[in-house]
Amino acid sequence: MSVPQYRKVAAIALVAGLGFSLTACSTKGDDDSGKSAAGKTVITVDCQPDGSQKDLLKNWNDDVAAFEKENPDITIKSVSVGQQCNNPPDFTARLTGGTQTDVFYGYMTDLQQVLDSGQALDITQYATKDNIPSWDSVDPALKAVFTDGGKIYAVPTKNYSMGLLYNKTLFTKAGLDVNNPPKTWADVRTAAKKIAALGGGVSGYSEYSAGNTGGWHFTAELYSQGGQILSADNKKADFNNAQGKQVLQNLKDMRYGDNSMGTRQLLQWADLLTNAAGGKVGMFVGAPDATTAIVQQFQGKYQDWAMAPLPGQDGAAKGTLGGGEGYFFRKDLTPEQVKAGLKWIAFEKLTPGKGQFDYARAKTQNQPVGLPQPLLFANGTEAQKQELDARKANQNVPSENFGLFEATPVPIKGEPVNAQAIYAVLDSAMSGVLTNPNANIDELLKTAETKTNQLLASNG
Amino acid sequence: MATMTSVPETKRTPRVYAVKVQTRRGRKLRDNLTGYAFLIGAIFCFALFSWFPMIRGIVMSFQHTKRGVTSWVGFDNYTRIVQDPSFWTAWKNTFYFTVLALILGYLVPFVVAILLNELRHGKGYLRILVYLPVMLPPASALFLFKYYAYDPSDAGLFNAILKFLHLPTSEWMQSPTMTMPAMVLASTWMNMGGAVLIYLASLQNIPGELYEAAELDGAGIFRRIWNVTIPQTRLILALLAMLQIVATMQVFIEPLILANGAGTQDSATSVAYLIYQHGFFQNDLNGAAALGVIMLLVLAAFSAVYVRLTTKQD
Repeated sequence: MSVPQYRKVAAIALVAGLGFSLTACSTKGDDDSGKSAAGKTVITVDCQPDGSQKDLLKNWNDDVAAFEKENPDITIKSVSVGQQCNNPPDFTARLTGGTQTDVFYGYMTDLQQVLDSGQALDITQYATKDNIPSWDSVDPALKAVFTDGGKIYAVPTKNYSMGLLYNKTLFTKAGLDVNNPPKTWADVRTAAKKIAALGGGVSGYSEYSAGNTGGWHFTAELYSQGGQILSADNKKADFNNAQGKQVLQNLKDMRYGDNSMGTRQLLQWADLLTNAAGGKVGMFVGAPDATTAIVQQFQGKYQDWAMAPLPGQDGAAKGTLGGGEGYFFRKDLTPEQVKAGLKWIAFEKLTPGKGQFDYARAKTQNQPVGLPQPLLFANGTEAQKQELDARKANQNVPSENFGLFEATPVPIKGEPVNAQAIYAVLDSAMSGVLTNPNANIDELLKTAETKTNQLLASNG
Repeated sequence: MATMTSVPETKRTPRVYAVKVQTRRGRKLRDNLTGYAFLIGAIFCFALFSWFPMIRGIVMSFQHTKRGVTSWVGFDNYTRIVQDPSFWTAWKNTFYFTVLALILGYLVPFVVAILLNELRHGKGYLRILVYLPVMLPPASALFLFKYYAYDPSDAGLFNAILKFLHLPTSEWMQSPTMTMPAMVLASTWMNMGGAVLIYLASLQNIPGELYEAAELDGAGIFRRIWNVTIPQTRLILALLAMLQIVATMQVFIEPLILANGAGTQDSATSVAYLIYQHGFFQNDLNGAAALGVIMLLVLAAFSAVYVRLTTKQD
């Protein structure tokens, strides 16, 4: 073939290739009816554990197989979105690009964002006992979190409140009483000093300050002081006050006054839990399921960890942060797909003895069983009774480890509106006191307040 | 062509002339068809991945989306983004990074290239060594710096060296004053290989007689560099300076990985990172688009001025 001919052929091939590509782009891969060629209802679901979580991945895949056997007309296509099912920037990108799965995981704080993106489906008419047998037992307060204007947009699948997690082994080594954990922030400071004195890179107390987690913990600690992030009408920031300053002062005192928080800061979720699993953290603020993550994702030992209520400034904490997660549904799903999705959520997340409540299986895998949460079912309901019975029957976590946390409830406050955006702003205040010995707390809070007010104004 | 020569130009009727012109145009089009076909691919890719997102971004910067409903808001997003307390900090940080990167990241590769060019032995091996970091994926290279070199404890590589030398250690990415220099250092190490190779190629094109003549005139090494090397490589130096400035003004991955984002009190926040923060952490894609447009205008203005100045010099 001569050179000009070769060029012509190449050019024609290129144009044809582009033409085919365009045709492929303009043709939807899946049938809009949500049915496979075999007539089955197909749904995609995210938050499948990734390859690094072998036991959890196997459990998920086994559950999918069992569910499909029970429901031969439904096919579940699982999608993994990483270890942390909702990393805020990834979540936003998926939502904005419309690439989220049919049934997708989100935090309780995500409802407004999902609504703003125009991707939310009103599932009120489908969220019934017919599709979720335990629906009437689900705590109404949790349903309310995912409700807007009387319409339900997601099914709650986890609910937590925060407290003080502490490493019993390090407590013992430091000569502290494991049965008498810190009750106030002053107690935390004293204990942290003793634990840090053990050396070997151990932090007495560890704290987040990046990836939105710093703002998340600032909120919990502000609640412990009796403060709030936003004014009652959600129009203004309300943390630039004595309580907000106290939160940052406590941290600054421990970090630079006592040098009990270690030198490595700007920690995000996985950073702190990696250190905790490695026995390098004496105490941190967290929910009971942090223990599960330490075991399942970071190869730590649940036997090391116990939990106390969140400390207060001068006595018991005045409040603690409550939060959780759930599953939303894409707005373009068919009724059959919504029902299939609800059935799957019911099977995997809301049925005592199955999925996340399969305590017998978790015990054989040496996962912690007996943690006081998730509190999904309302008091006195049949589902709650079944769940508690199964939990007790398979318990491997010594009851005293979480006994104090359970026995000393602290008033739970929910997360603020636009929580993730506000947490991102507050990260800066947290990182300021943890990395700069000369940080000016007043300035940090003032800046965060200005940014939060701008954010609230822009979100109307 | 035979028909064109068979009828003299002056004797052609207008009709015949029109037919000829059409035939010529048709032939020209056919001849160029291959070229146009090849162009389609490039135009398609640019249109889809560059021009369309750019236009979409500009449009979005004048809109606000709430509950899936988009409305026009004029310059509201621009006003709001300028009032963000991090806005000027981000620009200050970005300019600081650019200047530092220009001093370190521009000068060092040039000096290394001159040194390599002067070597008589092992030039090839050293060239590979210098280029090696470019082959590392940027994220891996930065994690290496983050966890191995910049560890704020004494276990970190740099702190261990400083301690060994009885010099004060640093908290690197956790220190507001060291954040930027540390980011520039890592960035220079990662990227200098490419610049070194380009400089080397340019240096090797300088005629040896020029150096010989300079030597005969009694010029020392610095004089030779000043009077021969720099004038002879001026075009490449000017081009790389502009490319480097445009690239460093968009610094993003360094703060994202080394400083976990904004770093200590916004000390690592660059304009590109602020765009990311607004878009993906604060769910403010319209504000992010406005900031993106501002950045585009600044870079376009800089490039225009720069090109004009360098053209005048030439």
